Amino acid sequence: MNGIHDMGGMHGFGPVEREENEPVFHEKWEGRVYAMNRQLRQFLVTDAGGFRYAIERIPPATYLASSYYEKWLLAVERLLMENGVITAEELDSRTAFYEENPQAEVPRSVDPQRTAEVMRRILTRAPLHKEIGVKPRFNVGDAVRARSFNPIGHTRLPRYIRGKTGEIALYHGVHDFEDTVAAGTEAKPQPVYAVSFDAAEVWGDSAEANQRIYIDMWESYLEPVKEGT
Amino acid sequence: MSGDHGTHNPEPEPYPALRAKALESLLVEKGLIDSGAIDEIVRTYEQDIGPLNGAKVVARAWSDPDYKRRLLANGTDAIAEMGFQGAQGAEIVVLENTPQLHNMVVCTLCSCYPWPILGLPPTWYKSAPYRSRAVIEPRAVLEEFGLELDDSVEVRVWDSTAEVRYMVLPERPQGTDALSEAELVNLVTRDSMIGVAIAKSPAEVA
Repeated sequence: MNGIHDMGGMHGFGPVEREENEPVFHEKWEGRVYAMNRQLRQFLVTDAGGFRYAIERIPPATYLASSYYEKWLLAVERLLMENGVITAEELDSRTAFYEENPQAEVPRSVDPQRTAEVMRRILTRAPLHKEIGVKPRFNVGDAVRARSFNPIGHTRLPRYIRGKTGEIALYHGVHDFEDTVAAGTEAKPQPVYAVSFDAAEVWGDSAEANQRIYIDMWESYLEPVKEGT
Repeated sequence: MSGDHGTHNPEPEPYPALRAKALESLLVEKGLIDSGAIDEIVRTYEQDIGPLNGAKVVARAWSDPDYKRRLLANGTDAIAEMGFQGAQGAEIVVLENTPQLHNMVVCTLCSCYPWPILGLPPTWYKSAPYRSRAVIEPRAVLEEFGLELDDSVEVRVWDSTAEVRYMVLPERPQGTDALSEAELVNLVTRDSMIGVAIAKSPAEVA
């Protein structure tokens, strides 16, 4: 979707502000939200674009006003509601309960075997490449153009690069396709490439000197550019 | 119990904290999450998985030409040799900075980052200013980080839009020939592996 999340090349956000000796989590609840997310993959990874799409659907003004983990929390809540796992009513009333009972503890359930299984999954590599006999259409060095499309669903093709011409720089293998696909359609894995663009092609006269941009793209984002066209 | 800070909570908890508590309690009741795993994930990313992992990879590459070759040819495997792998590191490509070429990494759409070697990203990496500007005015951004590059140096900005993750191999600083691999680790900063800074000089860490 053409959302506020697609920020590449926007102006007006000001300087990059850094924090010395920044903690991993600024508040305890941020770590809890992060860790809950890591255990809810079955609800967060979906053909509809999943967790990232849920973040992208946060209304733009809220998106900009929310911290990183506030956005994670909003997106997890939304997906759990959309999947019928929780209702807005039970979350609201439980929130009110903790507001009225600040000393109340969160209930615990610990199964060491389950803990170990979650940690094993998080700390083990799951290769991206799928051996399904798909041959890449492009070779390194081929001139390609990023297609211009504007899907309402999730896509990883940033607006700033649509319609621009570049060349294949790296071939990454055949990976699952992450864009939203129509309900009932299978998202077939596709070749993925790093595509290199001259900054002048992307930003015109505003480009800085001697710069290139490399963007990872699934094959269906690209069309060939013939010599002389 | 006079003056006990526990009897009357002076500061109400912020709304997201209450909301997160509510969510965690519901998910525990529904059997969807394991509290032990919540604790362990938080502990792991606070204590074990951070930029020190990446610094060890870089120091090894600076010290061992064979390792460096393997790292640049297949980053994921070479990094796994050192015991680092997992979520957001399924495939890692390592980009070598040289006197003529400067690589830096951004994720304009969200905040993709190679967790197994750099840990979770700092707030600035996830911020609108960095995500919007890194691709259109990288030299201006680098100057804010204190790095001025001559126009003769090619700047390559890697927008990690898919599932591949990138790490920069910074240049080995001058005057470090006598340093051991363990000493070199101290010169490698998180920012130098994102590509918004160069590695520290021995004088800076002395």
